[in-house]
Amino acid sequence: MGGDGLFEDVDLTWVKRKGTAFYLLCLASSLFGIVMLGFLILDVLYEAALGPIEFEISLTTFLTDPASRHPEQAGYLGAILGSVWLMVLTVILSFFIGVGSAIYLEEYAPDTRITRLIEANLTNLAGVPSIVYGLLVLAVFVNGFTLGSILLAGSIALALLVMPIIIVSSQEALRAVPSGMRDGSSATGATRWQTIRHVVLPAAIPGIMTGTILALARAIGETAPLIMVGAILSAIRLPSGPFDSFGSMPTQIYYWATAPGPEWGHLAAMAIVVLLAVMLSMNAAAVLLRNRYEKDL
Amino acid sequence: MSSQEQTQSNAELEIETEIQSERSDRETRADEPVLEVRELDVHYGDERALQPVNADIPEKKVTAIIGPSGCGKSTFLRCVNRMNDQIDVCSVGGELYFHGKNVYDDDVDPVALRRKIGQVFQRPNPFPKSIYDNVAYGLRIQGKTDDLDTRVERALRRAALWSEVEDRLDESALDLSGGQQQRLCIARAIAPDPEVLLMDEPASALDPIATAKVEDLIEDLAENYTVVIVTHNMQQAARISDKTAVFLTGGELVEFDDTTTIFENPANQAVEDYITGKFG
Amino acid sequence: MSTDTDPSQGFADEIVRKDNAENRRVRRGLFGCAAITVLTTVAIFVVLIDNAFGFFFDVRLYEATLQGGATQQITFTEYFTGARWAPSHSTPDFGILPLINGTLMVTVGAAFVSIPIGTATAIYLSEYARPEVRSKLKPALEVLAGVPTIVYGFFAISFITPIFIRPFFELFGVRASFFNALAAIIVVGIMTIPMVASISEDAMQAVPDDLRNGAYALGASRHEVSMGVVLPASISGVFASYILAISRAIGETMAVTLAMGAQPRMSLSPLVEMMTMTSFMVSRARGESAVGSIDYQSLFAVGLTLFVMTLAANLLNDYIKRRYREVYQ
Repeated sequence: MGGDGLFEDVDLTWVKRKGTAFYLLCLASSLFGIVMLGFLILDVLYEAALGPIEFEISLTTFLTDPASRHPEQAGYLGAILGSVWLMVLTVILSFFIGVGSAIYLEEYAPDTRITRLIEANLTNLAGVPSIVYGLLVLAVFVNGFTLGSILLAGSIALALLVMPIIIVSSQEALRAVPSGMRDGSSATGATRWQTIRHVVLPAAIPGIMTGTILALARAIGETAPLIMVGAILSAIRLPSGPFDSFGSMPTQIYYWATAPGPEWGHLAAMAIVVLLAVMLSMNAAAVLLRNRYEKDL
Repeated sequence: MSSQEQTQSNAELEIETEIQSERSDRETRADEPVLEVRELDVHYGDERALQPVNADIPEKKVTAIIGPSGCGKSTFLRCVNRMNDQIDVCSVGGELYFHGKNVYDDDVDPVALRRKIGQVFQRPNPFPKSIYDNVAYGLRIQGKTDDLDTRVERALRRAALWSEVEDRLDESALDLSGGQQQRLCIARAIAPDPEVLLMDEPASALDPIATAKVEDLIEDLAENYTVVIVTHNMQQAARISDKTAVFLTGGELVEFDDTTTIFENPANQAVEDYITGKFG
Repeated sequence: MSTDTDPSQGFADEIVRKDNAENRRVRRGLFGCAAITVLTTVAIFVVLIDNAFGFFFDVRLYEATLQGGATQQITFTEYFTGARWAPSHSTPDFGILPLINGTLMVTVGAAFVSIPIGTATAIYLSEYARPEVRSKLKPALEVLAGVPTIVYGFFAISFITPIFIRPFFELFGVRASFFNALAAIIVVGIMTIPMVASISEDAMQAVPDDLRNGAYALGASRHEVSMGVVLPASISGVFASYILAISRAIGETMAVTLAMGAQPRMSLSPLVEMMTMTSFMVSRARGESAVGSIDYQSLFAVGLTLFVMTLAANLLNDYIKRRYREVYQ
């Protein structure tokens, strides 16, 4: 047969073995994270399931009562409501300022040193450890303006934390609006603000909302800034409003996870299940929103 | 005449009377050119995009601008309503008079100018809103919200789109076909009733049937509007325009004359070469 | 009839600029929003420096500037070189080295986990994975990145330490403490894998196929192209991802607080309890420190040290991105 032995001088045995080993290494690395995620979820579910099964923690109590010194009477409601309040205030504080900044940077800002400084500063802010935001609010609002450790102070810290995320994702959403739409509007005699208000923002709002929900999903799990601000670690009563002292889901988890005695660990796991479920629903909502609207542009 | 056509012509009549009253002051100046271009040139950064241009564009006529791609046709068009202001590196020199007022004077507001000079773009750019809201957009922006329904209907009729969309005005404009979208954009541009309509290759993204519809439309529009249209399609220019300007490479306006003269007996050899296909 | 045109006016008047106060107000308001972000950075600097000054001296910086005169109570030498951190002990010591020891332990250790695994994941995603695998793997990594750090902390004390670390080291007769640095290293490593993987993968995707094809045409195999062409060509982006992961590990708080405990200690053993800068801050905030006390001010001294370290990492990342950005057409 012609061609037999044509490539005999090329020996690829070692190259192929090395290639296979390299491939397997990369594949294993990719799976490592997923396997760990699986362990984490199974571990949390297992520990959470043991709560009601072995220690007879009542699910009804858990979901309808505030926390308590006695594990069998301890509930999560105070912490859940605290987190809901925090999210509502955080969104009010960060959304308008964040979107406003993004509009300024994308639609108005001239290419000057100040603009570049603002942009570079955003990257930097996104890298500041969350605990530092807590320290800032502790010094300025809690003790400086003597607000005390109130819910509003906690949400200020979270708002500062998510602001860079909201700004950057809003900028991307604004950038995705085709320039033809802006041209079409200004050729009709719309002012720049009319164009933004009536054409650009309506087209970008699904993207902006997606980014905001994702930012909030991150904020709801943040613990350190709230501890620094002085959140009550164990929410033994329900918060009454923005000027009340407050607990939250993650700080409650911290409290239960470090409390001595076997029952507390299971309460912490149950609390984690609720927190993760809330976060996953927020992420799912964001993804749905994105898929629903992204084909429209 | 069918009953539908009957109602249509009645509506047209009503509308025309209305326009006449709105435009009465404009009629008196019909003999003057609307736009007088004097030594207008454009730079993008250090690069010259347009050699000094001189031209008088007559009222209520179709003026076509033709030339090979990259010759500065669109750049010239965007100078008229100062859309070039949106581009940072673009600088414009010379003068462009609109009814005797230089639009590049410091006291001219480009936003106000664009309410007098509308534009239709190369690619249809409907907003992600309903068909009705697209057409009503300019009217709302400009505060002309009385008789909104009548004005929207009139614009859609003029754009020859009414019969296709009258029963689905609330549907998204993005669901229309490409040709319908472009006629919608024309309706949107003429709804606030500008004086001049700039069109930047409005049919280049359309199929032949849609193109024919848009061409018919442009001829009709000239009864009420001054139309300046950029096209790379010479036959199109010959079919629909009264005046033709020929730009050639380097952003130079080589010849500007009646369309019949340009196509039958051009003064410039380069223009003749271009028209007969020996160039570009 | 149109309402905004007055026929008595000429055409020229209609296009003349009106005083558009609304547009200017809007623009100014939006600039104000953007300025708030800069204000935040300035406020962080001012607050941290002002209060940290109060830690080293007996008054805060603004008081010292207004009234003049400050007596140093803690020397910089003691703070930066002291090997004992015991702020509330009856014989207090304020040497930050044990806290930095804990922070570096976690940071360096976590880098040994996240950098190789993250880079290999990026290569797999960019060079090997089929689109349908990729479209499942990437969201899974996003979930991994989105898990709150407090949950990682719980995972460390309820799984990593009791089920993995302690039995494993018992095989060798070594007893690991319940709170230990290794558990913190592992969970912080896991949580920073997605960061390394996704940023590195973006950089690898930006490498043009022409480069790959050039190598394939020379008879290179896939792994040779990955390691010999793609990785070097994307090295600045890959390196930037390492620095971001390190910066994140320095500031990581809840996972290390739960996993590693709260015992300031100079040690290189990963099996003992230690304290990082961040876990010190968490432990002290819980203690309801009185405003103005040395305890309270020490929060800001440690916070400033932490902030400067992460800022340095972020600036380095910025510099690398600017300086070594590959531009492909």
